[in-house]
Amino acid sequence: MNELIFFFNYVVVAGSVTGSIYAIGAIGVTLIYSILRFAHFAHADMMTLGAFIALLLTMAFPHAGDVVGLPTAIVMLPLSMALTSLAAVGIDRVCYQPLRAQGVRPIVMVIASLGVALMLQGAIRLFAGTGAQSLYVEARKAIFRIELPGVARPIVVTEPQLILFVLTVVAVVGLQLFLTRTRMGKAMRAMSDNPDLARACGINTRVIITLTWLIAGSLAAMAGTLLSLDVAFKPDLSFFLLLPIFAAAIVGGVGNPWGAIAGGFLVGFAETLAVFNWAVLLRPLQAMLPAWLELPNNLALVGTEYKIVVPFFILIAVLVWRPTGLFKGKVI
Amino acid sequence: MNDTSSRSPRLPLRELLLFAAVAVVVVGVFAVMGGAYATRMLVETACYAILALGLTVQWGYGGQFNAGVMGFVALGGFAATFVSIPVNTAFWASDLPLRLGSVLLAGLAVIALVVAVSRLDRLGVPSWLRTLLAVVVGLVGYLVVISWMRSVAGDIQSRVDFVGGLGLSPLLGWIVGGALAGGMGYFIGRICLGLRSDYLVIATLGIAEIIKAFLKNADWLTRGTATISPLPWPVPEPGDVGFLTARALYLSLTAVMIAVIFFLLHRAYHAPWGRMIRAIRDNETAAAAMGKSITRRHMEIFVFGCILMGIGGAALTSFTGIFDPQGYQPLNHTFLVLVMVILGGPGNNLGTLFGAVLVYIVWIMSGPLALALMQLVTGLGGDWFGWQPGNLDSRALQARVFVIGLLIVTVLRFAPRGLIPEKVARHD
Repeated sequence: MNELIFFFNYVVVAGSVTGSIYAIGAIGVTLIYSILRFAHFAHADMMTLGAFIALLLTMAFPHAGDVVGLPTAIVMLPLSMALTSLAAVGIDRVCYQPLRAQGVRPIVMVIASLGVALMLQGAIRLFAGTGAQSLYVEARKAIFRIELPGVARPIVVTEPQLILFVLTVVAVVGLQLFLTRTRMGKAMRAMSDNPDLARACGINTRVIITLTWLIAGSLAAMAGTLLSLDVAFKPDLSFFLLLPIFAAAIVGGVGNPWGAIAGGFLVGFAETLAVFNWAVLLRPLQAMLPAWLELPNNLALVGTEYKIVVPFFILIAVLVWRPTGLFKGKVI
Repeated sequence: MNDTSSRSPRLPLRELLLFAAVAVVVVGVFAVMGGAYATRMLVETACYAILALGLTVQWGYGGQFNAGVMGFVALGGFAATFVSIPVNTAFWASDLPLRLGSVLLAGLAVIALVVAVSRLDRLGVPSWLRTLLAVVVGLVGYLVVISWMRSVAGDIQSRVDFVGGLGLSPLLGWIVGGALAGGMGYFIGRICLGLRSDYLVIATLGIAEIIKAFLKNADWLTRGTATISPLPWPVPEPGDVGFLTARALYLSLTAVMIAVIFFLLHRAYHAPWGRMIRAIRDNETAAAAMGKSITRRHMEIFVFGCILMGIGGAALTSFTGIFDPQGYQPLNHTFLVLVMVILGGPGNNLGTLFGAVLVYIVWIMSGPLALALMQLVTGLGGDWFGWQPGNLDSRALQARVFVIGLLIVTVLRFAPRGLIPEKVARHD
């Protein structure tokens, strides 16, 4: 039983946390892809930017959260989302819009987004230094331990993780309602289906593009802030996010928001399952196994240092067997 | 220089001016920083130029963007190190080579077994059962091999430090590096070429990080973070003939390599093969309609570029004299090369060489410059806002990240064809 709780803490909880983060990030990537038709490599750095803004705001008003009983960073989250999405629109106007106007190939936009990624990374590191900083500036992280009867180990969930689960559900439901119920959302879907037809129908593509950046930017800020709230703020956060997010978006089928969510959880759980030491679960069964079969101490599929291999492997597998993604994206 | 312009009647004024300016800068560096420093800079520039030529083949000729130059550089560097450092006799005298060999054989056996099981459907086994069996066999086999490997690797580390090298000529190592990088390029190309070009970017980005993670953590093979030094040079060492002469000899060697590569590229570019490549880049559908095999040409281009990167990386690592897997950074080894190519002129070999020289000199000089600028800014910031950041050096270096990004965006917007644009020859 202890082993099962251990499994729950280290796989179910941890997998859901990383899965939610990857899912929110992948939604942004997939939205940008379906509207603007290029892979936005600066997305992970936009997440870092959102977290950094939240960190700055938290440092400026460390006690703002006490009033409502939430971490300050959560109270500052709407503001950080707004600022990040404005930054996203600004970046689009300055860096991507002129290139779009020149009608360059999508791959050139990809290179430009790599340039933007470097700029964001450089600017954040310039101001934040290179070390890790906690988003709990003058407070402590609340940790909930749920004791089960007859078990020595408690189930451990932290406050940011609970908030993350709630906000992920809110964001996903909200996005779904927006895309299916509102005029703007429908216009967005129309444009992702067929940009020329959408323009001919009188949809203002400029507005839709701005809207896409607003949504993608705010989602990125949300994921980045919640991740750094759970772990810590690091300027090189994007380094660990970029490949999983793209793997998630491609696994789910590029241009398909629900696919991105599924892909995010798939990649998140695959990562945690791959680095989990299965020997822990199998050890109680050692007595039942024949004597010649001795379990090694370490039965993890890959060491933690090779975690990055997991999303890459998933990516390769999908590209080889189903380049359209598991849920049939629109564009390959 | 006259070769590329011989087809156009006008004097290549732009090229002459730009190269003259760079020559003046190089002479200036010689005068100010001294000969030893300047030759070191030139050798590194030459190595980077090989990398840039590799990228210009992929991006400029073929329109494929490789975002993982660093990985191929690291592979080349590893090959040069492994081939050229002395043999570790303690390792070869023990039973460890035998055990390592049997683990590798077991790995091959597992792969063969999985392939065999995945073909079972030809014997009438239902395909879902075949897939299930293949996955289970693969998983169990993998776990067995990996835990065996862990114990062997642990023994190698504790008893003989690491496997050592082959003690052969570094030049052979450079060739092996090119071959390794080319092989990796073939693997990536098989999967990603033919799909959207964005997927290649993601895959190369990922493989570069994986190569680096492997080289960093495989302590039994590369000593990991403990680094390997010194690496032998293919030319007489500084200890025998003095710094300046040794570096000058190294520079001559790399210059000869560049000349050979440049000549071959020039011939290839103006040959029917080059025309075909450009036709594919500019209009894939039309080229396919003319009966050109798009995938095979893409593969040639990609693998060829990767081979150049492997050779360049090997030459660079040998020159540095230390193999440090953590020294391979996306910024230094991927994005710097990217800036060289897009600033100089993608698809134009001369432009790429120019870009390599210019960007590398600016890059080398920007370190101290950024530090000075940073001190000025923090001085003002401290006076005005009370901003007192710590560790100035590392922050100043981060400013260069920003500048490289800014350069990429600016060049793409204002000079998308580079300073010396590609000249497509007309034969009318």
